[in-house]
Amino acid sequence: MVETLIQRNTRKFKAPDFYAGSGNVYFLLPFRFHRLNDRKEVLVNEVGDHLVVPTGTAARIVQRKLRREDEAELYGDLIAGFFIAEQQLPPLIDVLATRYRTKKSFLDQFTSLHLFVITLRCEHTCHYCQVSRVTSNKDEFDMRYEHINKGIDLMLRSPGEYLTMEFQGGEALLAFDKIVYAIERTKPLALEKGKQMTYVICTNLAVLDEDVLAYCQANNVLLSTSLDGPGFIHNQNRRRPGNNSYELTIKGIEMARQWLGPGNLSALMTTTNLSLDHPLAIVDEYFQQGFRSIFLRPISPYGFALKNEKKNKYEIERFITFYKTALQHILNYNRDGEFFREEYATIILKKILTPFPVGYVDLNSPAGSITNAILFNYDGAVYASDESRMLAESGDYTFRLGHLDTHDYEAVFYGEKAQELADVMVNEALPGCSECAFQSYCGADPVHNHATQGSVWGYRPTSTFCQKNMELIRYLIELMDSDPQVKQIFEGWVSQRRAS
Amino acid sequence: MIFRAKGIPLHINELLVGIITRNPEKQGEQLIFIGDAAPYGDYLAILSCAPASYTGLPTVFNISSLDHLADGDIVSIGPDGIVRTVYRTNSFYNTILATERCNSNCLMCSQPPKDKNDIPYLFELYRRVIPLIPKDCVELTVSGGEPTLMGERFFELLELITRELPDTEVHVLTNGRSFAWDHLAERLARIDNPRLMLGIPVYADYYQVHDHIVQARGAFDQTILGLHNLARHGIRLEIRVVLHQQSIPRLTRLARYIFKNLPFAEHVTFMGLEYTGYTPHNIEQLWIDPYDYNNELTEAVEFLAGQGMHVSIYNAQLCVMPERLWPYARKSISDWKNDYLPACESCSKLDDCGGLFTWNLKKCSAYIQPLSA
Ligand code: SF4
Ligand code: SF4
Repeated sequence: MVETLIQRNTRKFKAPDFYAGSGNVYFLLPFRFHRLNDRKEVLVNEVGDHLVVPTGTAARIVQRKLRREDEAELYGDLIAGFFIAEQQLPPLIDVLATRYRTKKSFLDQFTSLHLFVITLRCEHTCHYCQVSRVTSNKDEFDMRYEHINKGIDLMLRSPGEYLTMEFQGGEALLAFDKIVYAIERTKPLALEKGKQMTYVICTNLAVLDEDVLAYCQANNVLLSTSLDGPGFIHNQNRRRPGNNSYELTIKGIEMARQWLGPGNLSALMTTTNLSLDHPLAIVDEYFQQGFRSIFLRPISPYGFALKNEKKNKYEIERFITFYKTALQHILNYNRDGEFFREEYATIILKKILTPFPVGYVDLNSPAGSITNAILFNYDGAVYASDESRMLAESGDYTFRLGHLDTHDYEAVFYGEKAQELADVMVNEALPGCSECAFQSYCGADPVHNHATQGSVWGYRPTSTFCQKNMELIRYLIELMDSDPQVKQIFEGWVSQRRAS
Repeated sequence: MIFRAKGIPLHINELLVGIITRNPEKQGEQLIFIGDAAPYGDYLAILSCAPASYTGLPTVFNISSLDHLADGDIVSIGPDGIVRTVYRTNSFYNTILATERCNSNCLMCSQPPKDKNDIPYLFELYRRVIPLIPKDCVELTVSGGEPTLMGERFFELLELITRELPDTEVHVLTNGRSFAWDHLAERLARIDNPRLMLGIPVYADYYQVHDHIVQARGAFDQTILGLHNLARHGIRLEIRVVLHQQSIPRLTRLARYIFKNLPFAEHVTFMGLEYTGYTPHNIEQLWIDPYDYNNELTEAVEFLAGQGMHVSIYNAQLCVMPERLWPYARKSISDWKNDYLPACESCSKLDDCGGLFTWNLKKCSAYIQPLSA
């Protein structure tokens, strides 16, 4: 209303120049850049908005060689996009602050994903699995009631309103009675504390039956399964007596869809050496089985010959090639008018294209371990993540945060171990990452660093985590920039309107 | 549309505000009777087309026609004998003109601002009109000029509307600049009307372009800050974009800017240019045939809609835009609308089309052509 006090002398119209800032002085807002290819580079601002520009632009901006009169469009893009400002304290700095707060607001909910390794028993003998046991010894390998109770108590201490309780194995359904026990115990307590629960069972579906499905249907329990590709890949990866894992999985998928509806069943794939040779067949298999998304899960560090840099580099290069081939194939489905998306790309694209927080455990800063997810092992030990307990299976207890018998909520989530980890969970403060243009799209993964490089800090130039993410992010941006149709498809993948 | 009539006043010493009736059975001190024979009864005033005669009540005689007034309409009568329609009971588009003053001066303003202080008069007028408006009024627009220039009286007016018309959708058209001062956004939020929505124009993602279009330095920054303050206080917001030569070049960028920086907007509307007010004067720098911005408009609309935002297009002709945009085209936003060209008569989409503003018949797309069934 200050404006009303100013007496207006004339309502004569003025030319655009009148409204430009004075002079050619501009200030830099925090942004980073990365070379896309020979001709282009990408600028990324503090809240993850990006701008693709000709090579050399970042240098010219920094050297103050940019002149509004000569490059009005670029200049406008840079001001509008929070890359530069004409005042030392830009008038819209609060908007930038709000956006930053929004991007990081996945932290507000703190730990939401609670993994319960309800049993270690399994009827499969997958060759890449270090953890499960083919045994009938329930006493030794199932989670004990007192540990379930204690885990639920810790879970409900989370400040978050929306909590996910996910049952893993082994094969979780071998301990279905304990799952039912855990859910039934949680229900009234969650209600009392005002928590909205999502229940998920991870299962290979081999021992799925109608009792299980009826319970899941009645209690809105989601099923998450594994499908590695067509039969010859899946059965090779997932050994079991009878060599019929694939057939059982497909049958289970059909049954689960009938009972629960297609939206309540998801599938994950694990990339193995064999998979790397068959990107197209794997994508086709998912499409044919009626899935409209596929998660080309980045190969886990345990697929690597840990700590052998040369071999790791080679492996990850193979994975990147595999990923790109598969992604192009998925894009072709979209070009033909199908909606079919790749989940890892979608997570990254959400960070690139939307203003919303994206809380994906493996690609967050601060890292998703503890701040987003926690794992209660079958034996009562508490770990920072699924990978952490796998390390523990091979005798490495670095990421063991405590035990349900001896540690309370504070000791687990704010204890010494958690605090030590916090130092290396923020990629804004990690060497290499701190200047990286893709920092806000990427994350910190101390567990991966430790497992592959022997240091929770990690060393970016030889990090397979970095190698993979840097190239995939670069590739996604390059694709969007070079092909408007791909950009449109990607914008469709991140749309809020689509079921996630 | 006729909003004004004039006659010879008798016994009218101050502004009178009342409801029109032609029914002699109805009486009341809020009613204004229309008729040539003076009835006996309790009325606020009489309006008559007949020559002056004695009525015993405040009367305006000799009015050439009163056919534009329906029973239930609300009018004001001044000592000068001018009868103004302020509320039309049969219309969905009633507007409260808060002030004709404005702190911007948009190149394409359809109701060019005036620098006179009309606020005390208009506030007094609407303070009396609002309680008379039927309680089932569906929608009321508060417009200007810039309504927030009323200062505290702007909020008092909205409080009155909220109290008197709790079921009415209230749509305030403001440039939003005042809400850069957070205490004003907070003041608005205190009114706590869930049916209140602010329509605020954003014409570009880059301040220089927006400020030039609205002819006010600093306007863009104030509007964006205002939008953020309003959103933080939970006010419902619509973003309005007028399509013309100055706004089109950055339109697709604007769409992405809105999604990233203003995702809380409940509605984004794109509007064709109106050939009235300042527009004819500035037509050289405003005109672009709507046909020639179809690419930009399609990308902007489909991007925002694709991200789940609610998008509409107003003041646009179906035959000029690609068919994929038809689902977003809304028919009409005022009583001035719905004129058609001779070509439209044979068009199969006549009933669905927004047609043209009366004044746009003079300046419209060269690509208008009847659609076949
Ligand atoms: S890991 Fe690599 S790509 Fe990711 S932020 Fe760090 S330096 Fe960038
Ligand atoms: S011809 Fe007339 S009625 Fe038909 S779409 Fe065009 S403008 Fe609308």
